[in-house]
Amino acid sequence: MTEEPDFLGQDSDGGSEEVVLTPAELIERLEQAWMNEKFAPELLESKPEVVECVMEQLEHMEENLRRAKREDLKVSIHHMEMERIRYVLSSYLRCRLMKIEKFFPHVLEKEKTRRDGEPSSLSPEELAFAREFMANTETYLKNVALKHMPPNLQKVDLFRAVPKPDLDSYVFLRVRERQENILVEPDTDEQGDYVIDLEKGSQHLIRYKTIAPLVASGAVQLI
Amino acid sequence: MFCEKAMELVRELHRAPEGQLPAFNEDGLRQVLEEMKALYEQNQSDVNETKSSGRSDLIPTIKFRHCSLLRNRRCTVAYLYDRLLRIRALRWEYGSVLPNALRFHMSAEEMEWFNNYKKSLATYMRSLGGDEGLDITQDMKPPKSLYIEVRCLKDYGEFEVDDGTSVLLKKNSQHFLPRWKCEQLIRQGVLEHILS
Repeated sequence: MTEEPDFLGQDSDGGSEEVVLTPAELIERLEQAWMNEKFAPELLESKPEVVECVMEQLEHMEENLRRAKREDLKVSIHHMEMERIRYVLSSYLRCRLMKIEKFFPHVLEKEKTRRDGEPSSLSPEELAFAREFMANTETYLKNVALKHMPPNLQKVDLFRAVPKPDLDSYVFLRVRERQENILVEPDTDEQGDYVIDLEKGSQHLIRYKTIAPLVASGAVQLI
Repeated sequence: MFCEKAMELVRELHRAPEGQLPAFNEDGLRQVLEEMKALYEQNQSDVNETKSSGRSDLIPTIKFRHCSLLRNRRCTVAYLYDRLLRIRALRWEYGSVLPNALRFHMSAEEMEWFNNYKKSLATYMRSLGGDEGLDITQDMKPPKSLYIEVRCLKDYGEFEVDDGTSVLLKKNSQHFLPRWKCEQLIRQGVLEHILS
């Protein structure tokens, strides 16, 4: 795809884990993150390393294109590839922003109650954006309506007013690593809890809540 | 009946098709707030009456008025919030500068909310790395080709392409231009993508 042989991604916490990814692997990671984010009902863990590396990759490609001869066929193909990568990255980030805006009180509460060491669903910039969105909206509602209302009604608890993401919604997935003994809760009262095994490569339609941790660990891929 | 005006606000938005922003119903909002004030004052006096005279027959009325107050608040906040969502969609559809027709439908406070939202979004996009960050309001559709055939729908004037040459966008002229440059103009209705 490009002339760059290796790519260095670093743990966003500054931990000394260095992961070396080829560009192809990086793009695959991006596409996986993109599909998971599109199909998951809630905001997933943020992947700032992937975003950063892809941005660097795009810059490298742009550099190379600028230096290349104009009539070369390679130029068009690389340019097209760049456009595609940029589309996937933009779509991924847009999807995340939409979820942040849609569930903003819940997203912020989750971040507030997050324990140290637990991965965050928000990058620092997304967190700033979410806080600003909340402040902006709260101030607006207060100034336009709430402060003109009777004193005992002036506070609106946005956490209760804004709907939570529906974790019971069904998602399609493909299994990447074999899983055993997944506990499935019943839909109706007649069925009891039952246990299933997920075979590698199989595809399922299942409630998101049941497999949410597997999405986070990469054991399954939402499709 | 109480809450009629509040319901009207909600119905007004419900009737407007998705993406459309009707004019801000300042009058309607004011009437709802006035009704709320009246209800609250009536409740205040009834509560005092109940406390001082020990009557209990006023309590159902007090409860009923309180429910109406809550309903009024819920409808009002729903109306305002739904409008904010539509305004937010305008940023993604039209870009930073809104057409005048739409601006007239927004209240001053909505405009302020929009400006703050714009700023927040711009700060976020700039932080995405590289010199200028990444404009994620572009590239809304998967790219099919590098260059596309477009027809100009309105007179736009000079338009500069990457290698420095500029193109005169006159109504009905056709051009073969890089896709990413045209995206914004297509969304604004200046250019039309010709699908052969």
